[in-house]
Amino acid sequence: MQERYFQKEIETMPAEQMKQLQSEKLVKQVKHVYENVPYYRDLMDKKGVTPDDIKSIEDLHKLPFLSKADLRDAYPYGLLAKPLKDCVRIQSTSGTTGRRVVAFYTQHDVDLWEDCCARAIVAAGGTDEDVCQVAYGYGLFTGGPGLNGGSHKVGCLTLPMSSGFTDRQIQFMTDLNATILCCTPSYAAYIGETLEEKGFKPEDIPLKAGIFGAEPWTEEMRRGIEKTLGIKAYDIYGLTETTGPGVAFECSEQTGMHINEDHFYAEIIDPDTGEVLPEGSKGELVFTSLDKEAFPLLRYRTRDICVLSRKKCSCGRTLIKMAKPMGRSDDMLIIRGVNVFPSQIETVLLNEGYQPNYQIIVDRKGNTDTFDVNVEMTAEHFSDTVSGVTALEKKLAEAMKVMLGINPTVHLVAPKSIVRSEGKAVRVIDKRKLHD
Amino acid sequence: MSLKQLNIFVENKQGALVAITDTLASHNVNIRALSIADTEEFGILRLIVNDNDTACKILSDEGFLIKTTEVVGVKIGDAPGKLSKALEVLDDAKINMEYLYAFMARTQKHAYVVLRVADNKAAETALENAGFHMITDADINKL
Repeated sequence: MQERYFQKEIETMPAEQMKQLQSEKLVKQVKHVYENVPYYRDLMDKKGVTPDDIKSIEDLHKLPFLSKADLRDAYPYGLLAKPLKDCVRIQSTSGTTGRRVVAFYTQHDVDLWEDCCARAIVAAGGTDEDVCQVAYGYGLFTGGPGLNGGSHKVGCLTLPMSSGFTDRQIQFMTDLNATILCCTPSYAAYIGETLEEKGFKPEDIPLKAGIFGAEPWTEEMRRGIEKTLGIKAYDIYGLTETTGPGVAFECSEQTGMHINEDHFYAEIIDPDTGEVLPEGSKGELVFTSLDKEAFPLLRYRTRDICVLSRKKCSCGRTLIKMAKPMGRSDDMLIIRGVNVFPSQIETVLLNEGYQPNYQIIVDRKGNTDTFDVNVEMTAEHFSDTVSGVTALEKKLAEAMKVMLGINPTVHLVAPKSIVRSEGKAVRVIDKRKLHD
Repeated sequence: MSLKQLNIFVENKQGALVAITDTLASHNVNIRALSIADTEEFGILRLIVNDNDTACKILSDEGFLIKTTEVVGVKIGDAPGKLSKALEVLDDAKINMEYLYAFMARTQKHAYVVLRVADNKAAETALENAGFHMITDADINKL
């Protein structure tokens, strides 16, 4: 099958030419920010950098970083680079890790964002013949609006379902023959489970592809979703700070996500020193917007730990690829002095044949951390004896200990008793009051 | 020969049990016997009912985790010492038992014991050889 692209010239542009394009855009973007965003101008002045010092993308490292803390300090208008009368939209984060981020968009910004999402949909095989079911939340969350806009640009028949009301999702999916599903991976897994319970086999489900993102998920989870729904599952990456989903997207090779680097330039830095690391190194992902009007962020530190690669891709795209983030410094838990990533728990559950629905509860009794993991019982594992259930709990705890190096207490709970993500799943409840 | 027991995973939460019994009642399923094994966090409700298929279907539809196990049902006289006699038979045959519970019937002057053992067939043979009668799913309806 011939590979299709939404914007072929950009997506398959030779690296040298892309660098040229990025350089031209960066020079303008820095000037725009310096002139219109006093907050960032101060940061540049303090560092002794002026827009004249930025002549090409090679000079990017001279610019100061922005962090989530800057976004909080500058809330709500401090990083706005256009008059409000030129803005047409805001989107916002859930605010679970502190104060909300509010991002502003001009019509130009919305268009470029939707182009990025359209590239993702086409890379997943989408055409104007497709029926695209968008089951991300609509509203302040970027998931729904982003994919909705991308789906329009591709010309798909768009089902603006938003998240939740799973029975209704299934009814529209089957009655209107949805071929592409866009939602969080945990919601895709949930829809899959529900379809399976209703007696649907993968071949009865009209879907052919899914575009899933907005939360961490593992390869095992991907394989599970692909099997239950009978689809190919594509990863998508983005953050509200830069624009929303579509900053990077996966192609059929499924070996990382192509970054839309004509709009978002990616760097990998050493999170401790801020030093830029060479391609292929593991470090913190930093994004610079290259042609945004209302909310351009230069060198924004994502906190995602990641690797970039320019290895030739079989899909023909030349856009640089990022690996699935290996963890986020703000997701990482330190329990009894040990680093714990929730994705490690997920891997154990999938290996042991459980659904990847779990909740980690961390508390502190005296000076010792308590570490409890609630996991949903499955029909395959359930037996009629208490000793059977406690043996399962012990086996899971041991498998987690092997993976993490510390021993959790595992509790098997009733199926579907852990709240599912219709937006994002609450995987971690940290009751320790370590910072007051 | 078989007697089916339904096992339902119940979280230790207020209202969890009544949700199950209500569901069964609303579909006219009659509970003949029950036992609960419980820990601080969860319980396993074991039921002998008059209509297994309906019970399984409606409880699964309501989202309960339900599984069936084959158990041994044995009829014993309603008199002191009768249970001991049955247990001695199993002991002599060296059959390991996980748990048991008993119930009475309205219409007949007998008690019934539900046994969960390591080897159903061996238990049934040993008990029958000692003169006990087994009960099956079909018998449950007539009690």
